[in-house]
Amino acid sequence: MTKISVRVWRLVLAAFCALVALWLVAPSLIVIPLSLTDKPSFAFPPTGWSTRWYGNFFDDPSWTGALLSSVKVGLLVALVATAAGTATAVALTRSKFRGQQAVRGLVLAPMIVPVIVVAVGLYALFLKAQLLGTTFGFVVAHSVLALPFVVIPVTASLQGFDRRLENAAAICGANRWSTFRQVTLPLVAPGVVSGALFAFVTSFDEVVMALFIQSPYLQTLPVKMYSSVTRDTDPTIAAAATLILAFTTVATLTATVYIARRNRVR
Amino acid sequence: MAVIDALTQSTRPGVGAGRAAPSERWGRLALLAPSIILLIGVFVVPLAIMLVRTFTDPHPGLENLTWYLGDATQRRVLVRTFTTAAKVTAVCLLLGYPYAYAMVAAGPKLRAVLTLLVLVPFWTSLMVRTFAWVILLQDNGPIQRALAGIGLDNLHLIRSNVGVIIGMSQILLPFLVMPLYAVMSTIDRRLVLASSSLGARPITSFFRVWLPLSLPGIGAGSLMVFISSLGFYVTPALLGSPSDALVSQQIYTQVSGLLQWGRAGAMGLVLLVATFAILAVLMLSIRRAARRQTRQAEDATS
Amino acid sequence: MSADLSAHGASITLKGLTKRYGDATAVDAIDLEARPGEFLTLLGPSGSGKTTTLNMIAGFVDVTEGELLIDDKPVHSLPPYKRNIGMVFQHYALFPHMSVADNVAYPLHQRKVAKAERQRLVAEALKTVGLAHLGHRRPAQLSGGQQQRVALARAMVYSPRVLLMDEPLGALDKKLRDTLQLEIKRIHAELGTTFVYVTHDQDEALVLSDRIAVFNDGRIEQIGTATDLYERPSTVFVAQFLGESSLFHGEAISSGGGYGVHSPGGTLRAQRGNASSGEPAALVVRPERIRLVPTDGAEPTADNAVRGRVRQEIYLGNSRKLAIDLPDGSQVLVRESAGDISASRPGDDVWLTFRAEHAAVLSTGPSTTAPTTNLGVH
Repeated sequence: MTKISVRVWRLVLAAFCALVALWLVAPSLIVIPLSLTDKPSFAFPPTGWSTRWYGNFFDDPSWTGALLSSVKVGLLVALVATAAGTATAVALTRSKFRGQQAVRGLVLAPMIVPVIVVAVGLYALFLKAQLLGTTFGFVVAHSVLALPFVVIPVTASLQGFDRRLENAAAICGANRWSTFRQVTLPLVAPGVVSGALFAFVTSFDEVVMALFIQSPYLQTLPVKMYSSVTRDTDPTIAAAATLILAFTTVATLTATVYIARRNRVR
Repeated sequence: MAVIDALTQSTRPGVGAGRAAPSERWGRLALLAPSIILLIGVFVVPLAIMLVRTFTDPHPGLENLTWYLGDATQRRVLVRTFTTAAKVTAVCLLLGYPYAYAMVAAGPKLRAVLTLLVLVPFWTSLMVRTFAWVILLQDNGPIQRALAGIGLDNLHLIRSNVGVIIGMSQILLPFLVMPLYAVMSTIDRRLVLASSSLGARPITSFFRVWLPLSLPGIGAGSLMVFISSLGFYVTPALLGSPSDALVSQQIYTQVSGLLQWGRAGAMGLVLLVATFAILAVLMLSIRRAARRQTRQAEDATS
Repeated sequence: MSADLSAHGASITLKGLTKRYGDATAVDAIDLEARPGEFLTLLGPSGSGKTTTLNMIAGFVDVTEGELLIDDKPVHSLPPYKRNIGMVFQHYALFPHMSVADNVAYPLHQRKVAKAERQRLVAEALKTVGLAHLGHRRPAQLSGGQQQRVALARAMVYSPRVLLMDEPLGALDKKLRDTLQLEIKRIHAELGTTFVYVTHDQDEALVLSDRIAVFNDGRIEQIGTATDLYERPSTVFVAQFLGESSLFHGEAISSGGGYGVHSPGGTLRAQRGNASSGEPAALVVRPERIRLVPTDGAEPTADNAVRGRVRQEIYLGNSRKLAIDLPDGSQVLVRESAGDISASRPGDDVWLTFRAEHAAVLSTGPSTTAPTTNLGVH
């Protein structure tokens, strides 16, 4: 092939990738103009502008309540899943034992098994245990889904961690706990932090399980949105979507930059 | 994605295996206990409940399974679920493969931008993205009007299988791009150069060298997309129609509308078995491909 | 870090120390004692058990059998952090998230040393290793040699009575190794701490050590000063691992208080030996102790004379090395220093002569295969 056709190929590839990038990013962005429409409909593009749907969002206790529940559950899930997942990652990377592959498979299984199947079973279980619509129920349910998202990055950073540093700390006089706290943890922190973030987002974003285990007293934001889309055409949901979009974008960018910085320092 | 590594990691023979000291075993148990309790309580038990109900609700026996596999409508739903998943996977591959290649070929700055463009939507709320597609694809929505403008009148995009495929493939594309990129970035690009220096045309080099070497990434990425598609609920529920329902929607209906726990269980069981069967087949072939590659690499260096 | 230095180091005693992994024995019932303030080197090829031994002293590896005493007190049940030992690792093992000064201060932190005292000791330790000005840097900003100096400072800042070093110079280039060797020797002299040093590099062992323990296959072949080991090796392994040796294989004989071998080239005699009569043995002599005599004259009058033919010559600047083929097909080395070079050239037939006092007859055992000699430049 000639040089010119190589250049043409490159141009085609660049154009194609630009389109794919557009297709990845642009659709979500349309919720922003929609949230500023002045009409109580999903008509797009909007013909007039107003901020009243944001007012609606913050005045309606069912929206703010859902937001608060989501944040509360998300934070608790981040806590529970990060603690449990980090401990699991330590056990899985630090020792060889019978059943190790089975444990690894079990921990990762929630990523593979269709959530709807687990959710239905969980609904039956929580119905009996009277856990429907409880914070505890939400936290444990979402923690299981979040577990792989913690175990994977923490395992990765533990594998990249030089275990001789722990010997060095021990010979310096540090006991096991001090060694973990002062040497191991600071060095695997990027993995743990991104695990915690992933756990929060997993919970904050989760719809299917939440649909089954909700109650009128405890509803998370995605569930509120889901029922809102299916029931009416109220652009308040677009305001909610815009808020979530802004929040997750900032969180993801922060995490990415943080991890990149950490990697550069070393 | 790291999950692929974790999934395909072969069992290595234990280094210094043998009996651990009792204190070490107790320590390990303490570390694993929280996760295992969570997983058993909120994951294994619910699945077990569904399994038990499949064979006992409302009567003990195989009636739920025989009903499910015998009913023509249900069989159509099952087939539709698989073909939809296959179509979504195909769309993702078509869009994702060149994109992942561009990520590898790009300079570091452009690569960072391309990566970010995949990661940001990945972490954007599923609900937000599905809602956005509801707006875009709605009747009289922007896309329908644009298509009408070029002479394609009255195309129903929302509440159709096409809408479901569009929405799902956009949402699942990052699941394909990330593992594909991970595999491609390990390919030695000099191999392609070597191939062209031996006189192969770029197209030949691509099909003979690049494509086979990126096969594990294609396998892993397609696997993630296909499996996720099979069990997807929210997007089909909002973009699809009841007459085009997928298995996940049927499960929901059986439980919340009809209180048919046993039938929902039977559907779940079939979905689960299918998922794991596909997982097993693809993982085996990925491992085999990886092994063949290491062998080739060893041959090349020896 | 002054006061009575000679009393500072601790003694380390290993009695029948053994480490087994499943069926494999890594360290096989070794007895060894490091005297207070001594620089003891564990020398051996990789897999010979020297590092496992060091790790048992440090407490990273459990002892399977035997006793491990520091200052006559058993320590095998103490975790590493309670043994009060200093250690320098092969790949530095500096904490990448701490500054150089924080790295060095780390052991003092663990010992709850007050801040003012801590700063003083850190400054002093950094000064000792010549890095006083780099305390604020991160380890990643230092060169390999500088990182190893920091590791050294961290290991000695709390004045442990024992300092272990696991191939500390293994990752550095030759020139840097030479400089740091001298520095380690100086620091050892200043501190009076007992040093246990692991290496596979014989030159390093010869430069640094008061005594050397040569490891092979999980056992100690010989312990002694550099001169002991070089001049009076007690096994063929030691003779070959430490420096070069020329071997004449044959059957051991004992004759009138001396030792000897019946070899294909004739009967050779030595003053020393440990092979009993009739046993397969090798007469071992250092290549620089052999002189070459041309064959045109009469048989030279020497304790030992063997016929051979020069096969190859390597010029080394301050000396030359010659490979000689013996009539039985084996090969030996001869080294001639610059002022004392004979006229022999490759292809020449020569007499190899050496004195009995420079040779030893060592048992090769029934199963030991003769190691091949090569012209590898050490």
